[in-house]
Amino acid sequence: MATRGWDEFEIGAMLRTFDGKIDDIAGTNQEDRAYSQSSSFSASVADWRIEKPVFNKDFCIDCQFCWIYCPDMSIIARDKKMIGIDMDHCKGCAICVEVCPTNPKSLLMFPEQADEEVELAKWPTKEKKEK
Amino acid sequence: MAFDKMELKDIEVWDGNYAAAQAMRQCQIDVVAAYPITPSTPIVEGYGNMKANNYIEGEFVMVESEHAAMSGCIGAAAAGGRVATATSSQGFALMVETLYQASGMRLPIVLNVVNRALAAPLNVNGDHADMYLGRDSGWIQLDAYCPQDAYDLNFIAFKVSEDHGVRLPCMVHQDGFMTSHTAQGVHTLSDDVAYGFVGEYKPMNDMLDFEHPVTHGVQTEEDWHFEHKARQHNDLMTKVMPKVQAAFDDFEKLSGRKYNIVESYDMDDADVAVVCMGTSVETAREVAGEMREKGIKAGVVGLRVIRPFPFFEIGEALKGAKAIATLDRSSPNGAPGMLFNEIAGALYNTEDRGLLSGFVYGLGGRDLTKKHLVEIYTQLQANVDAGKVTTPLQQFIGVRGPKLQFL
Repeated sequence: MATRGWDEFEIGAMLRTFDGKIDDIAGTNQEDRAYSQSSSFSASVADWRIEKPVFNKDFCIDCQFCWIYCPDMSIIARDKKMIGIDMDHCKGCAICVEVCPTNPKSLLMFPEQADEEVELAKWPTKEKKEK
Repeated sequence: MAFDKMELKDIEVWDGNYAAAQAMRQCQIDVVAAYPITPSTPIVEGYGNMKANNYIEGEFVMVESEHAAMSGCIGAAAAGGRVATATSSQGFALMVETLYQASGMRLPIVLNVVNRALAAPLNVNGDHADMYLGRDSGWIQLDAYCPQDAYDLNFIAFKVSEDHGVRLPCMVHQDGFMTSHTAQGVHTLSDDVAYGFVGEYKPMNDMLDFEHPVTHGVQTEEDWHFEHKARQHNDLMTKVMPKVQAAFDDFEKLSGRKYNIVESYDMDDADVAVVCMGTSVETAREVAGEMREKGIKAGVVGLRVIRPFPFFEIGEALKGAKAIATLDRSSPNGAPGMLFNEIAGALYNTEDRGLLSGFVYGLGGRDLTKKHLVEIYTQLQANVDAGKVTTPLQQFIGVRGPKLQFL
């Protein structure tokens, strides 16, 4: 429950993404941005998820499909290389897995409680095309 | 893009719709998103004509419904522009969902409402059903009695609504046809003087301020919603009236035309008073004068500001009146009537309050005649003489069939 009274916030159904002025936001990585507490970036929605994606970098070709298709900007890419998943905001929709073009896929869905190391160790192998 | 100024005569013959359109032009609005509906259509038609003839620089967006019209206005206001539109009746009803969005988001938008009855049965003529529908929407509501008022109150509306201490949208009401389509002499302001009065638009929390990104229209649940509504109500109750009064004062200095939060006519020594709105105020004033010739001390009180409701101002205006009639031009549909209820509330804890009776009149464009008002004043005098209300508290006037009265 919030603690601020009716006279202790700005008017309107309006929230600020950043505290104070921002500059060159497009040139600043997310982790370096001073998001305000009211920005949705500051809130975790990890508990909405019942299945999670696991990323296997051994098969990834950095095509960026998952980065483009993720509806919640939860694929973290730097210098056009896929480096991981923002697990605070990923809701487990599995679109990244669906669009991943590698064989085997570089992203697969597992139950939320699955151990990432265990799943990576028994990752599927390349599927042979049936003739 | 440059636009032309318009040369106006000191007095122009305008109906209420064209007067409102001219005021909108002079305020140099950034965005008008509009959908036509009788009897407000000529406002946006006139405005569109001025736009087509290069008298207007702002955007004019034709949309597919009144819901979309107000939604477009909300988006433009959140982006950081001066915004206005116009509507009536069914269009107003369709806008209602977005009216609450506009006020809750604290966006200054001016809405000209040309009052018209609400269906069913379908009716294009004037009554106050749409005005009453908007009274809990969190908007400021100003009421014009004639085309001159419709012109002047638009400037007041922008000035108050856009004030950073207010930031609440504002409706300017005028009676369908009786004001909107009746041409009268309207004293004008020059383009420069009019624009000088409302001033350049000063954005606040605008989405086009890229250095301070904002999200408008957020969701709150049980832990925040009440505080937001309380804040809005507080600002309506405490911040609007002083700004309206200041705007009226400034406008009087500029134009010589004086407006008051509650308008009182012949009320200094009045025994009997009629409280009403819109064009009925002018009819009642005429009849009050005639009643005085017959020895009945009659007066008239008109609401200029409907929301926020002038609780203390109306109590002050009615001080000393021994019998008071409230005239509601909207079917209360199972209640005594808005003016009756509000004024009863305003008077209840005052000393020597007058005897109060309510009247429902003029639905769907039915005329309020001088004869009706003579009857009302005569009844009020009878109440004064008897020292009590001698009739039921609610009476319908001007309706065919057996006398309709309740309570």
